[in-house]
Amino acid sequence: MNQPVLLSPLLRQERMPHIWCPGCGVGVSLNCFVRAVEKSGIPQDRIHVVSGIGCTGRVAGYVNVDSFHTTHGRALCFATGLALSRPDSRVVVYSGDGDLTAIGGNHLIHTARRNVDMVVICVNNFTYGMTGGQVTPTTPENMKASTTPYGNFEYTFNLPALMEACGATFVSRWTVFHVRQLIRSLEKALKHRGFSFIEVLSPCPTLYMRRNRLGNPLNMMEQFKERSVIRNGEGTAGTSLEEGADLIVGDFIEVRRATFKECYERRMTEVLGERFVPYEGVR
Amino acid sequence: MLRGETVLRSGKHFMDGNEACAEGAIAAGCRFVSGYPITPSTEIVEHLSRRFPEIGGMFLQMEDELSASICFQGAVWAGVKGMTVTSGPGFSLMMEHIGFAAMTETPSVFVNVQRAGPSTGLPTAPAQQDVMQARWGSHGDYGIIALSPASPQECHDLIITCFNYAETYRCPVLFMMDETVGHMHGKVTIPSMEDIHVVERRISTRSPSDYAPFRVVEGDVPEMTRAGAGHRIHMTGLTHDERGYPDMTTAAQESLVRRLCGKVNNHVKEISMMESRHVEGSDVVVISYGISAQIAGHAVDAVRAAGIRAGQVRLISLWPFDDEAIRNIARSTRHIIVLEMNLGQMVREVERAVRGIVPVHAVGNAGGRVIAPDCVVEKIREVLR
Ligand SMILES: Cc1ncc(C[n+]2csc(CCOP(=O)(O)OP(=O)(O)O)c2C)c(N)n1
Ligand code: SF4
Repeated sequence: MNQPVLLSPLLRQERMPHIWCPGCGVGVSLNCFVRAVEKSGIPQDRIHVVSGIGCTGRVAGYVNVDSFHTTHGRALCFATGLALSRPDSRVVVYSGDGDLTAIGGNHLIHTARRNVDMVVICVNNFTYGMTGGQVTPTTPENMKASTTPYGNFEYTFNLPALMEACGATFVSRWTVFHVRQLIRSLEKALKHRGFSFIEVLSPCPTLYMRRNRLGNPLNMMEQFKERSVIRNGEGTAGTSLEEGADLIVGDFIEVRRATFKECYERRMTEVLGERFVPYEGVR
Repeated sequence: MLRGETVLRSGKHFMDGNEACAEGAIAAGCRFVSGYPITPSTEIVEHLSRRFPEIGGMFLQMEDELSASICFQGAVWAGVKGMTVTSGPGFSLMMEHIGFAAMTETPSVFVNVQRAGPSTGLPTAPAQQDVMQARWGSHGDYGIIALSPASPQECHDLIITCFNYAETYRCPVLFMMDETVGHMHGKVTIPSMEDIHVVERRISTRSPSDYAPFRVVEGDVPEMTRAGAGHRIHMTGLTHDERGYPDMTTAAQESLVRRLCGKVNNHVKEISMMESRHVEGSDVVVISYGISAQIAGHAVDAVRAAGIRAGQVRLISLWPFDDEAIRNIARSTRHIIVLEMNLGQMVREVERAVRGIVPVHAVGNAGGRVIAPDCVVEKIREVLR
């Protein structure tokens, strides 16, 4: 029986249903992304999505664009080669907090430092979802995970601050409650030249919330709503996610700096002049 | 961009194996290299970092070998030819992405200028200790191709073959140099462009509805595409169907992994390269590869001058292993000696292929220096006593 087409053409109809649990925030973030791409006007064949491994990493398999599901933590590296070689495409890295900031942490800081022209969407659900809810660099202090049964005793990453320090030129944080703001922010990032990083706080009801008795997904949405304070354009100082404090969201940083490719071409032109032949990749 | 303008002028040049490898890669059409410095392979990327800005290529020094070994694969999926370059400890870090390239059928070239290990080992000193790691280093079953050059000239010529094989078989191709060959200076003849055989990427011209990135239409290698070609493909390191979609069934695993192995291992006759001399009717044959084959050559010449019927086989390709050719050699001689700069790696393959037809003996060391021809001469005399 033919089913009516309900999905955006940017999603792969034939791959539904997806693997995410009911109430999971990854799908919400994906809907926002799809809306942002539609609004950006970027042609479908000029968007490429690269993911690492994890529940969030499965996004690459559901988007109806050229999409690459790579290795755990290394999506950014693959994306760097792809973005430099397809300068007329927008390359988006879509992955989880563990993938991007633990195993991929070294790549994250260096891809941001180089200001490689790409959009990085980091779904932060405070845990490793795919592997059963282990602790991650963004698990809040004292919270439980399968490998911190007595509560997390490590310090926690503040991702926007980390990204600002590394030189990212567009840095935001939203939650899956902030659907309209997130779409707008993603659209801006898609049009931004340089390295963009968007952290999306998201519920993992199956593992993180259940283990920490945080109620149902709606409870977390209410938390996101009640605790959040929007602060646009004021940098990332004071944005750490501390228990009990305001949850600061917003487009924190938006600056224009020469991208990796522009820096390379500027330098080579200065030194080599006419002899310089820019790397075109494939157009 | 005219390739003729970018490659070296044809004729004789004087250079070391590392530079020859870099120039050969350029001649093969490689335009994207991601790497991380490590002796004794660094000169390759240093050379490319100087050459590429003048010929429209790009070298990227990454933050480690984990990133270097997948960054260029992103460029490959954009439609470019790419490679990475490393030695010893860096090769260990690259195993993850040899497996990824095998699973995603990414035409990819990995250069390993071998040095003595394990671990940090004996930096800058030569070895041939990574030849089994090349074959089996990443987890899982898969097929790879590995070539081993014995001179600066071959560093140039065979890296071109590596790129051609990568395009033909859509698999990782490993160029197993070693420190001695990498740093050996010698005459390298650069052919004119018309005389260099380069296999270009075949991008499928099928319409998106008629195309699947892992569907085999002819032979056992699927047609390639590139990002932005309109095919809207998905690729993954997960077990997948012909559309590239994850398929978590044992049936999918069975057919995919069998094909990934078979598309290389069933073509051993097309891939395999070796040189042999004086094998027929000999009393002993020395089998070797890479720099050790030069040593074997001296030893064989020396004992032949003394009237011993010794022959020589030089393996140019290491993987897939040509069992049948080795077995035929065993049928033509009385003893086989395998010479390699390790404590016994390829000798196991030779023994397996020979199936006891003749005795197989090993001459090796723990790496760090090439083996003196005298050791081989001594062994030849010993086995024939
Ligand atoms: C090299 C490697 N190590 C470990 C794993 C196992 N693994 C798969 S996903 C994952 C964590 C994913 O967590 P996160 O990035 O936070 O994504 P989520 O599932 O929460 O969306 C781990 C450790 C792997 N696939 N590869
Ligand atoms: S385990 Fe958590 S992150 Fe993974 S799909 Fe389920 S709810 Fe989402």
